[in-house]
Amino acid sequence: MSLYFLRRALGAVLVLLAISVVIYATFYVAPGDPAKLACGPRCNPEQLRQVREQLSLDDPVYLQYWHFLQGVFVGHDYSTGTGVMHCDAPCFGLSYQNDQQVTELIAQRLPATLSLAAGAMALTLLLGIGTGLLSVVRRGGVVERALTWLTLAGIATPVFISGLALLMVFCAYLEWLPFPSYVALTDDPEQWAWNMLLPWVALALLESSKYARMTRSSMLETLAEDHVRTFRAYGVSERAIVGRHALRGAVAPVIAMAAVDFGSMVGGTMLTETMFGLPGVGQLLVHSVQTVDLPVVVAIVMVIGAAVVIANIIGDVLYAAADRRVALR
Amino acid sequence: MTDPLVKVTDLAVSFPAGDGFVRAVDGLSFELAPGGALALVGESGSGKSTVAYGLLGLHRSTGAEATGEVRVAGHDVLAADEAELRRVRGGVAAMVFQDPLSSLDPYQAIGDQIAEVHRVHRRGTTRRAARARAVEVLDRVGIPDASRRARSRPHEFSGGMRQRALIAMALACEPRLLVADEPTTALDVTVQAQILGLLRELRAETGMGLILVTHDLGVAADSVDELLVMKDGRAVERGAVRKVLDAPGEDYTRALLAAVPRMNVRRPGARPAKADDAVLLEATGLTREFGRGKRAVTAVDQVSLTVRAGETVGVVGESGSGKTTLGRMLVRLLEPTGGELRYRGRDIGGLKESGLRPFRAELQMVFQDPVSSLNPRRSIGESIADPLRVAGKLTDAEIAARVRELLERVGLDPGAYHRYPHEFSGGQRQRVGIARALAPEPRLIVCDEPVSALDVTTQAQVVKLLGELQRDLGLALVFIAHDLAVVRQVSDRLVVMRGGRIVEEGPADSVYENPRHPYTQGLLAAVPRLEREEAAA
Repeated sequence: MSLYFLRRALGAVLVLLAISVVIYATFYVAPGDPAKLACGPRCNPEQLRQVREQLSLDDPVYLQYWHFLQGVFVGHDYSTGTGVMHCDAPCFGLSYQNDQQVTELIAQRLPATLSLAAGAMALTLLLGIGTGLLSVVRRGGVVERALTWLTLAGIATPVFISGLALLMVFCAYLEWLPFPSYVALTDDPEQWAWNMLLPWVALALLESSKYARMTRSSMLETLAEDHVRTFRAYGVSERAIVGRHALRGAVAPVIAMAAVDFGSMVGGTMLTETMFGLPGVGQLLVHSVQTVDLPVVVAIVMVIGAAVVIANIIGDVLYAAADRRVALR
Repeated sequence: MTDPLVKVTDLAVSFPAGDGFVRAVDGLSFELAPGGALALVGESGSGKSTVAYGLLGLHRSTGAEATGEVRVAGHDVLAADEAELRRVRGGVAAMVFQDPLSSLDPYQAIGDQIAEVHRVHRRGTTRRAARARAVEVLDRVGIPDASRRARSRPHEFSGGMRQRALIAMALACEPRLLVADEPTTALDVTVQAQILGLLRELRAETGMGLILVTHDLGVAADSVDELLVMKDGRAVERGAVRKVLDAPGEDYTRALLAAVPRMNVRRPGARPAKADDAVLLEATGLTREFGRGKRAVTAVDQVSLTVRAGETVGVVGESGSGKTTLGRMLVRLLEPTGGELRYRGRDIGGLKESGLRPFRAELQMVFQDPVSSLNPRRSIGESIADPLRVAGKLTDAEIAARVRELLERVGLDPGAYHRYPHEFSGGQRQRVGIARALAPEPRLIVCDEPVSALDVTTQAQVVKLLGELQRDLGLALVFIAHDLAVVRQVSDRLVVMRGGRIVEEGPADSVYENPRHPYTQGLLAAVPRLEREEAAA
């Protein structure tokens, strides 16, 4: 088991290194002068020269990449003209916008994103598996057909439509909830939950449709297995069959997918974050892309990559735990 | 007269297929007296399993349509509502399925599964009492140390123990009828004999009725009072088991009986290998291990075997005896981990793929499953042509002509070149497999369970074909099978394997008539017989 984790961790590091090479190549080597971007629009040639020196942009590309890796693993020192600023590992450089350390920038934004991802995923699983099971138990009836259409509608509705509708109904018209503004969990858990409620629901409505369909098809597959037939032949009720004999096998792939989706949610919920004004990583990414703040973009892509890779490992472990026939190797 | 336990009147079951319906059962009527035992026998597609499922109303969730009347202990199964049907299932009539591994929940302890079924039918039973009942029935069906083993999951049981556990589940609610669908088909003969013995005992003890579905007339002969022979969803013949077997009234029954391989029938024209026949293949101390270190398993252990030109060597053994591993090593689909393998004097045991290439054409194999061993997306002609194309000696036109010739040789229409595997029956597909093996003009063919997936009549045809081919082409055959009667029909020499080793070897007739090793004796004794005199012997 520990050998398994060691192998997977090593694999994860290699994957992330490969991602970093690609990202680095795309953003730093592609057309456009990073020095000009970092220096800003009103920049004289002397300042530009200083910036090039500070960022070692005159070095060969492989050396630049090496410095980048050094920064990630052991940290990096930057001269600020008057003194030296140390950037601890993992250091992804300084933002072109305000010279803040990228790591710090992201760390500030992570709590909001994690709050959104965790809550939305919990709700997604509850809604998705629930409706999936309901449509299996009531298959062939009106309920199933209605659920099939609803989940299709859920998949087809972008979050900026459903989110807007939720805001209008619950905040503007019914006035049941305040317009969401982010409150940290550590400051006030109750307010945190109330303010996160609508973003969770909006994201979960979209995601859960996918899970409902997956649960349904996976459940139907399990119900066609021989051991389910045995319990039918012994007069066990359909509900007991679904709950006791089919659920575990059926949700195993669903849970594995949830882990991976959670990983991509950590970086990929900019629409929901923008919609509800959550100061998360997604918003930061949008902003950084707009302002061509390369170090931040690179770092966020690395964070997303790391989250997906780690989530993948967790997903595999969960799958093996649910399905004993799968051995971790 | 008492009411019958089962009364089926004019039952018809149709399954939706394509645009219309396929009739699996058509106008079937029969009765079973309380405590009686009836076997439904027939070839695949005869509708026998469909009838068994219909008795418990299990056709309902499959989209099948059933008409007529099915009464089980007074319950009208076809008209019953869900609640009544659930009371019948398990409580009145319990079912035992063919594949005991997939028929149990892989995640749950066997005792818990039995206890759950018990609690469904005995409302108000406490969990503790239901568990105790599960242990009791497991003990009754002969699971050693039942109170501890009740906590095991299905994968920790052997095939025979799993089938015992399924029977225990059936017993848990004291049903009046046991429906067993091919209960021993997936098991070895010795285990099969034990399970059939157990069923007989339980019937005598509890007085429950038995409906046994089987393709194996020998199994039926041993276990029931009456036979119902089915073909294409209809009853062909019905009567007391001895009467039907000894004096069948219908042609179809006679044909079916004639096709059953007999243990006492010698191979027509069997000949003991002569010392001057050229030695084709010689294995010395052949060994194969799987896995490494502590988990290493020795599948074949120090096996020495000689195959001479033009003879058939039968290899028999139960599952796990290493016979398939041995067969695959003989044609070098698998590399031995120890010992020596000589083909016409050349050591081929340690050769790499490139070194083996000259020998590939001469060593061929026919596989068990004619469905999965043919590429479903290639026409059968192309599949047969593949080994010829690889050899690269013939032109396209010559290859096409040779394939047609081969198709004809194995008894297929030469015009079938462009048809696909799914258009053929199981027996025809196995003929295609044989044609493919013949294509490169081999000297030796290893047949691994070539007929065990086929019905008896088809089995007899394929066995006959192999015998003819061997005689006409002077091939050497290694015939691997678990069915002792089939092996007898084709073999000159016999090898009995157990636990990766050869326990007995000799001319087929002397091994069958005077087995020396106790294991061989037990194996032969366990085979169910059709004839009374044989059974008495």
